[in-house]
Amino acid sequence: MSAVDRVFARLRAAGRKAFVPFVTAGDPDLEFTRLLLAELARRGASLCEVGIPYSDPIADGPVIQASYTRALQQGVRLNAILKMLAQTTTALPAPLLTMVSYATVLRRGAGRYVEEARRAGVAGAIVPDLLVEESTELARLAREADFSLVHLVTPTTPRERARRIAERSTGFLYYVSVTGITGERATLPQQLVDNVGWLREQTPLPVCIGFGISQPEQVRLLAPVADGIIVGSAIVRRAAEAGRADRNQVLQSIGQYVQSLIDALPGTHPAPAAGHS
Amino acid sequence: MPETLTRALDELAGAYEAALADPTFAAELAALLASFVGRPSPLYHARRLSSQCGGAQIYLKREDLNHTGAHKINNTLGQALLTLRMGKRRVIAETGAGQHGVATATACAHFGLKCVVYMGEEDIRRQRPNVFSMRLLGAEVRPVTSGSRTLRDAINEALRDWMASVEHTHYIIGSVVGPHPFPRIVRDFQAVIGREARQQCLDQLGRLPDVVVACVGGGSNAAGMFYPFVDDRQVELLGVEAGGRSTQPGEHAAPLSFGSPGVLHGSFSYVMQDEDGQTCPVHSVSAGLDYPGVGPEHSYWKETGRVRYTYATDQEALAAFDRLARSEGILPALESAHAVAKAMELAAARPADQVVLVCLSGRGDKDAFEVARLRGEEI
Repeated sequence: MSAVDRVFARLRAAGRKAFVPFVTAGDPDLEFTRLLLAELARRGASLCEVGIPYSDPIADGPVIQASYTRALQQGVRLNAILKMLAQTTTALPAPLLTMVSYATVLRRGAGRYVEEARRAGVAGAIVPDLLVEESTELARLAREADFSLVHLVTPTTPRERARRIAERSTGFLYYVSVTGITGERATLPQQLVDNVGWLREQTPLPVCIGFGISQPEQVRLLAPVADGIIVGSAIVRRAAEAGRADRNQVLQSIGQYVQSLIDALPGTHPAPAAGHS
Repeated sequence: MPETLTRALDELAGAYEAALADPTFAAELAALLASFVGRPSPLYHARRLSSQCGGAQIYLKREDLNHTGAHKINNTLGQALLTLRMGKRRVIAETGAGQHGVATATACAHFGLKCVVYMGEEDIRRQRPNVFSMRLLGAEVRPVTSGSRTLRDAINEALRDWMASVEHTHYIIGSVVGPHPFPRIVRDFQAVIGREARQQCLDQLGRLPDVVVACVGGGSNAAGMFYPFVDDRQVELLGVEAGGRSTQPGEHAAPLSFGSPGVLHGSFSYVMQDEDGQTCPVHSVSAGLDYPGVGPEHSYWKETGRVRYTYATDQEALAAFDRLARSEGILPALESAHAVAKAMELAAARPADQVVLVCLSGRGDKDAFEVARLRGEEI
């Protein structure tokens, strides 16, 4: 059982849903990312995804692309990210997963990547440009290290294939809400609720929904049919402010924003004031 | 490759298999290549150039004489036919030098398909005549302002468009790169170059060439030229990458010469990358070779030793551009000038009875403005 499995076991036992924020490592710098992860966990994030900046993120929209470009221009490197994560994870209640391109994993060596990430306290990885057919070796190494390897299912995935992907995924299954790239959307596809409902019947694995989600109303609509909600671009867009505004204020404002999403999860009541209840 | 594109890639592979099994597809494509493109393109003996080099005989496979001025049209017509077979009505493409963009816009105009071409801002500046041509042909040219603003980012943007439009749009990729089945499909459509050239050598010279030379960016003209010669073990094959300004990282676009195995745009091949797998900036005087990766089959041919790869610098390519213009009355594309440069070197070192066959992949009209700019001349 990886740390990710334990989080979902706990949430399911309590009848609760996961909130999974995504942050770009090193935008505007690694120290801010460290503080942001702590803030997200303090607000009640169940897991955090840490985006490893990549030069050619073809599944990402303008907000995450720009954050990756800024981080790379700052000279943020994989070793420095892992070092920062190693210092962060010991005190962090929420497990971390890296969102990482296969180009980076392959260059480091799949075995070495898993080992180094695990040593930094990272609980798993999402490799958004690696198809399930090509993940056999990485999946084996991950399994041996008790490291979750989360696969994605999309609206264009045929159902038979979705079942196959569900069998191979560990930790949870990432359902991509839209046919397209990451980024906030005002409206999400009509069939989304049905598709996720169908998928959850196919697998014992928790299913989290990501791409396009940014508003409490969307969380309220989708969380009941899923095991968790993933929010990326809306957080990354706010974090980008830290490059030019007061960092504490940016952290506070992201914290409040994330709180509004967490409060929209079913089974979660607005955080009571201290001493209350 | 992202999971979102899997179904479309499977669908494309299926449509291609079905097309191969359908004789009407081959007949339709062959008829178009004859009447619309002007194939077969001639095999031309560059006598004055050969005698100036003082050695082997240089022959040019004249892809520059194709409709739209380059080999790219061979692929775009084939893929446009596949688009129709899949029932799709919208096409997207990336372009570097603009040749593939023009060839795609042309194929789309021919078949009445909607066409959007992604092109880096830097390349739009370098290749203005082609940008205007694409618009004249009814295509929308979308400038790409992310990253390097060249071919690599144009491919990224085209893939992002495809992520959202995949259900009604086909992506006509312009080279033997990208995810399976693109490298194979593009090679097959370009293999008409090598098939014709091989037969023309047999018919006109009564023999196969000693060496075949082609430039390699993504590597489509080279793949199409080499593939029909792969089993002729006595024929040497030479791929010429863009050596740029120097051998320093960022100063060239020669991943087979200086790169390492990695993943870019859905294929595993040689790529210019750093220790973290980040794609590195590249440079070439020719926009069409300005790509940090290369088709996976070239990496395979490099590994097996079947093809030898080298590079020509910007200066060597510009010199060959001039030389071919003055000696033969042919303005080559700067891309093709890289192949000409190395062919001249080879020819000079070999006896007069040897044959060096060069793929002259495109014509140089599009490069007139850029060459003038590099010389500081106003035109």
